[in-house]
Amino acid sequence: METGSPHDTGTAGTGRPAVPGGEEPVWFALPPGLLRMRRLLLVVWLGLLTLATALVPGLLAGPVWAAFALLPLALLIWGWVLLERNWRSWRYAERADDLLISRGVLWRQETVVPYGRMQLVEVTSGPVERHFGLSSVQLHTAAAATDATIPGLDPAEAERLRDRLTELGEARSAGL
Amino acid sequence: MTAPDVHEDVRDRPPVTERRLHPVTPLRRAWAPVAVLIGWALHDPDQAQRQLTRLTTTTLLIGLAVLIPAAALYGFLTWWFTHFAVTGSELRIRTGLLFRRTAHIRLERIQAIDVTQPLLARVVGVAKLKLDVIGTDKKDELAFLGADEARALRAELLARAAGFAPETAHEVGEAPSREMLRVPPGVLAVSLLLTGATWGWLLVAAVVVPLLWTATHSLWTVLAAAVPLLGAAGASSVGRFVAEYDWTLGESPDGLRIDHGLLDRAHETVPPGRVQTVRLVEPLLWRRRGWVRVELDVAGSSNSLLLPVAPRELAESVVARVLPGVSVPPREALSRPPRRARWCVPLWWRGYGLAVTGAVFAARHGLLRRSLSLVPHAKVQSVRLVQGPWQRARGVADVHVDTGANKSVTAHLRDATEAAALLHSQAERSRTGRRDARPDRWMA
Repeated sequence: METGSPHDTGTAGTGRPAVPGGEEPVWFALPPGLLRMRRLLLVVWLGLLTLATALVPGLLAGPVWAAFALLPLALLIWGWVLLERNWRSWRYAERADDLLISRGVLWRQETVVPYGRMQLVEVTSGPVERHFGLSSVQLHTAAAATDATIPGLDPAEAERLRDRLTELGEARSAGL
Repeated sequence: MTAPDVHEDVRDRPPVTERRLHPVTPLRRAWAPVAVLIGWALHDPDQAQRQLTRLTTTTLLIGLAVLIPAAALYGFLTWWFTHFAVTGSELRIRTGLLFRRTAHIRLERIQAIDVTQPLLARVVGVAKLKLDVIGTDKKDELAFLGADEARALRAELLARAAGFAPETAHEVGEAPSREMLRVPPGVLAVSLLLTGATWGWLLVAAVVVPLLWTATHSLWTVLAAAVPLLGAAGASSVGRFVAEYDWTLGESPDGLRIDHGLLDRAHETVPPGRVQTVRLVEPLLWRRRGWVRVELDVAGSSNSLLLPVAPRELAESVVARVLPGVSVPPREALSRPPRRARWCVPLWWRGYGLAVTGAVFAARHGLLRRSLSLVPHAKVQSVRLVQGPWQRARGVADVHVDTGANKSVTAHLRDATEAAALLHSQAERSRTGRRDARPDRWMA
């Protein structure tokens, strides 16, 4: 089964301590579709805002005031870079007994969910996500604090992951 | 655990006997309109007085003649249409006059059973019974049952949940309970006097009230500030004393029994293996006497207190009973964060500590009011490592352990390498720790 792994992962482990007593798991990254979608949304919304902040003061108060538009424009450029860094930071690995999800650039977070603790696996896809051919997989355990979502997966990969997780979860099921 | 309707195949089985609640139930909401009226009168005294003078005897009588039968009819109908039944595997509660609702509560999922008796209910001789299952809410309690009936039903539910055969479950009766600990009222009173909260509220009142008086000279403003402050002080001292009076902890084959209350009596039962987290809390002023407060988390249950106050050794022996195979790690066994953590949380970093033993993940926090949380490895649902930019610069990270009671226990500011190792080893322990856990049906 083809899984989305555009930029792989042998090198991505820089700066992270190796897993003790075991080999480094096989990390999967997110497909580029998510980055494209997020960048498009960013450009659409901040682009509109830039236009509005340029035109409204520019026409009403004089052309100098159109400089206000530099603010959302700077935000747009910053966000453009930030989105890529954030997208690169997301990765997940299916190990024999648990799922690892690692994400975040400044606030780094790594979650481990043993398969036996999964109560429910959810595949969701909003209208915009569907247009870009993306879906997210969310894992629920009995703890609401468990924050295990993998966004922007290829639908086929999302379904494969869901089926595999459910299967593994059933095999190792353990309640509260 | 609710299902909209009875399943098809259920109808083919032998019919289950449905029962109704105790006939005083319709009266339980009788005080509500009166309370609303009093609240409104207190909230706006001038308006209330004006309205009262306008009322004539006839309007009053007509109002009563309409209101009382309507309320009585409503109470009667809700009682008439509420049924409950115990089947082999579940408790079914069928309610609703217009909107039908059937709750099916699976017995092997029971996390706790509470029988409570508010003061008035004690006078009348009735009790509420509530099954704590994840997802149940206030609507799913059986209020009211006769006091003896409630106790018999609790025994039957526990026997069925424990895995006794349905035919015999009725006759098993109440499991014998052995008293482990009883908190003397004197100790409870002293412990509450040594709690900071009451004195804090009183202190705030002592500062705020004179200040307000000098600033406004208005009696109403001062009262509006003083009453809530004194109320909070009362709730954290007298209120807690009344609720925690005669705290008795018992042990039975059906699990822990907790009985407490001066006016409202509550009897809680927590079956074995349901406790997700235990916390030993040690307020500053209790430390000289060596007292601790023990709190617990059970999934789907609102009860959170195991022992209001007890000497440390006794509390540790209770914890060993509640979480089999767990011993509370001594103070020396808890390792502090590295010294560089003081740049992340100045001073308070000294309060953090962590110990991982073969059975339990123990994390401490708090400098003045120390709190040590214990999570058995088998109860860990997921493990998270979180590292902010400032923490990364200092080479430290937090490790959160999530439990099924919707609480997380955090090991704060561990060395980054140690935290990463902890993340994986904890996930491994969580997976393997389940193997020697007891089954959900504990007598089966």
